[in-house]
Amino acid sequence: MNTLALNRKPDEPRGGTLHGEPTVNYLHCSRGWKSWLLTLDHKRIGVMYLVGILSAFLLGGIIALVIRLELFTPGKAFLSEDRYNELFTLHGAIMTFVFIIPSIPAALGNFLLPLMLGQKDVAFPRLNLASFYFWLGGAIFFLIAMLVGGLDTGWTFYTPYSTTTSSTVIAATFGIFILGFSSIFTGINFIVTINTMRPPGMTWFKMPLMLWALYATSIIQVLATPVLGITVVLLTAESLFGIGIFSPELGGDPVLYQHFFWFYSHPAVYIMILPAMGIISELISVFSRKPIFGYRFIAYSSIAIALLGFLVWGHHMFTSGQSKLSAIIFSALTFSVSIPSGIKVFNWLATMYKGSIRLATPMCYAVSFILLFTIGGLTGLFLGALATDVHLHDTYFVVAHFHYVMMGGTLIAFLGGLHYWWPKMFGRMYSEFWGRLSCLVIFLGFNLTFFPQFILGTQGMPRRYARYEPEFQWLHQLSTIGSLLLGVGLVMAAAVLVHSLIRGRLASANPWGSATLEWTCDSPPTHHNFESIPPATDAYDYQDLVFDDEQDGYVRTPAEEEPLPDDAQQPVLI
Amino acid sequence: MNPLTMNHNLGLLADGGSLLFRPPSSTAAADVDRLFYFILAICVVFFVLITGVLSLFLVRHYRRPGQRVQPSPSHNNWLEIAWSVVPAILVAVIFMWGFIGYLNARTPPDDSYEIQVVAKKWSWAFIYPNGHVDNNLHVPVDRPVSLVMSSDDVIHSLYVPAFRIKMDLVPGRYSKTWFEAIQSGEFDLFCTEYCGTGHSLMNALVIVHPSGEFETWLNKTATFLIEITTVEAGKLLYARRGCAQCHSVDGSAKAGPTFQGIFGAEHRMASGEDIVVDENYIRESILQPQAKVRAGYRPVMPTYQGQLKDEEITALVQYIKSLK
Repeated sequence: MNTLALNRKPDEPRGGTLHGEPTVNYLHCSRGWKSWLLTLDHKRIGVMYLVGILSAFLLGGIIALVIRLELFTPGKAFLSEDRYNELFTLHGAIMTFVFIIPSIPAALGNFLLPLMLGQKDVAFPRLNLASFYFWLGGAIFFLIAMLVGGLDTGWTFYTPYSTTTSSTVIAATFGIFILGFSSIFTGINFIVTINTMRPPGMTWFKMPLMLWALYATSIIQVLATPVLGITVVLLTAESLFGIGIFSPELGGDPVLYQHFFWFYSHPAVYIMILPAMGIISELISVFSRKPIFGYRFIAYSSIAIALLGFLVWGHHMFTSGQSKLSAIIFSALTFSVSIPSGIKVFNWLATMYKGSIRLATPMCYAVSFILLFTIGGLTGLFLGALATDVHLHDTYFVVAHFHYVMMGGTLIAFLGGLHYWWPKMFGRMYSEFWGRLSCLVIFLGFNLTFFPQFILGTQGMPRRYARYEPEFQWLHQLSTIGSLLLGVGLVMAAAVLVHSLIRGRLASANPWGSATLEWTCDSPPTHHNFESIPPATDAYDYQDLVFDDEQDGYVRTPAEEEPLPDDAQQPVLI
Repeated sequence: MNPLTMNHNLGLLADGGSLLFRPPSSTAAADVDRLFYFILAICVVFFVLITGVLSLFLVRHYRRPGQRVQPSPSHNNWLEIAWSVVPAILVAVIFMWGFIGYLNARTPPDDSYEIQVVAKKWSWAFIYPNGHVDNNLHVPVDRPVSLVMSSDDVIHSLYVPAFRIKMDLVPGRYSKTWFEAIQSGEFDLFCTEYCGTGHSLMNALVIVHPSGEFETWLNKTATFLIEITTVEAGKLLYARRGCAQCHSVDGSAKAGPTFQGIFGAEHRMASGEDIVVDENYIRESILQPQAKVRAGYRPVMPTYQGQLKDEEITALVQYIKSLK
């Protein structure tokens, strides 16, 4: 449906009502800032989240570049030690708590979850809007607390450094707790929506895997975040009433804080990676035009990761002085998480076997993801093994490892998902050529930034160092050059998407030939998404979908002898 | 033997080191490296396998005009069980190996030589049985050394990359680690638990003395204050006891004010009061650092109460006096 018709200027390239009568999409169904800020529409809330988290990402990314530039030389380039420490704290805290954790579930998930269920909205639209304002309030509160306090504790806020040197650490932790509440609201909303609002015919094992991933993520969000609240209460009780909990001077134990912190923050790692895996499952299947291989194994592995993820937090503390027995148990449990993650990678590969693979931009990101996540996952083996972890802990090896998982994994999947659902969200196609090129630049820049850091780590370069020994300089310089390339790639990707909003070709309802329900409504969807709840179809059956030139997208036709889609029928998208 | 062990020196690598590692210089280091290379081999095999299969499928099944999706199974229990069980066995082996290495690293031999370690922002104090305190860790070669460690303020972590050991120093408790150096020389020692402004400068050297020389060195330390002038002793203490981490002697600003020309000068305090720096002010600042803090500096200096003897404080005062 040509949904942008009402808003088109006369001189735009493709006018008229190409595919039928004009309809009003969610972007234009009402006007004025109130219609956005007070909206209960999950799509608008998703878009507001998207703008919010991308702003946070821009801020965190600029700080990252400043840090990398300072590290170009072993001595002082332009930042004092204190300034450097504040910046790496801001970078880590913004990226983790304000950007990555809400990125896929809150921005993409909010937009997509009801659409994938063929519904008008999530179960609790008001709770959904509240979650956005909790996120916004939490983010602002958190940033102010950090900036006012000049917080330089690292994003982990370890006691007693944090409690003895800064007055605002409780405020900052409270800010994270507010952000956590936004996660809890989203999580509850998603769990209830998936449990109660699946369309007729969509049983649990017919759900798209993205929904399984969001479901598993929601469970972690609801169960893990309260621990953060307990931590805030304990920190406050200690500072107000002098009860010894974490502070050794009062008879407390600083390592206990680490247990509390990681009991939340390790599951948070899975909050970040699980929805990314959900996206990749969708992308690989659609662009290989094959049903996902081993659907049940992937679905179960999401749940397995969510549950096992609660039991491994102690692997952050192998050198902290926790007992030998706990270190050994945590090491064993840590390895158990690697199995379901490995299963997913093998299943994605098997999905591509004998498929008909098209390397559209989202698929390029999916392929990047598989390579980068594999490196990130495999390097985790060195850190899960006790003897090697003792050497590598708190060095750049760890920095490289978690960037491969968080950025090479979650961010790349987020970008892949964003490019995949972009036509659905905004009704425009972007340039495939520039989209793919920016993906390639990001991939190369990323590896040049972070691969040298593995070697820095094995050579013994500790993390969070403002100054370093000259022997490490060449690796740091490679990394800095890589980060600039990575920055260029990300700016290109942003430019491609923004350009599409202005000059992009109008998108059809189903430009990629996907079989999940969100592609059966208009691009962009109308305010109510669907006229009536569509019956569930097989989420991974591409047999009946054929490319229709007139629609400029795929349409479902009754199964008969049809030619299968191929690139030759599609216009070149440049 | 190992393809990654490069014999030629890149100019950036220490002799005997590889692209990945500093030369293994403790009894445990070679074991850790062996496990590392074992895991690395597994990683390389899996990465090549995954990349190879991925590339093969991308090329073979790339969408071309007229090309069709070929029928293939949507799942295969045996295949899926196989690629769950095989990695599970491999990680079990990695776990066991890491576990054994870890237990060895955490269990010092009974006959080990014990050195006390106290960390504070941002210096190390290594305390020997004869009472000598040093900012560098002097140890004998080929003898197990165990470190009994604690922290005066926040969490620090002692890390010697060449020995592949690391252990946190937590205030309010003792932690232990041990090593046996297998070659003499100087090795970097870093703090790897973030501890604030001076974290990246909180490093020291492990000086491994050749056989027999450690005892000679230790005997000399007992008498150094007597054999040299007070100013020279003050200079040594300045370097050894952590003053140098925060106070320069060349006029440049660090976390604390420079010592150059400080003696006899009048300075504004954070309280607004102006104070002339004399012997008593220096003594007070060493023992009660927060009493009178110079304006423009944060009150971050740890106290040395009970850690410096009177004659050592006198030597430091004389040294600061000498820095015109």
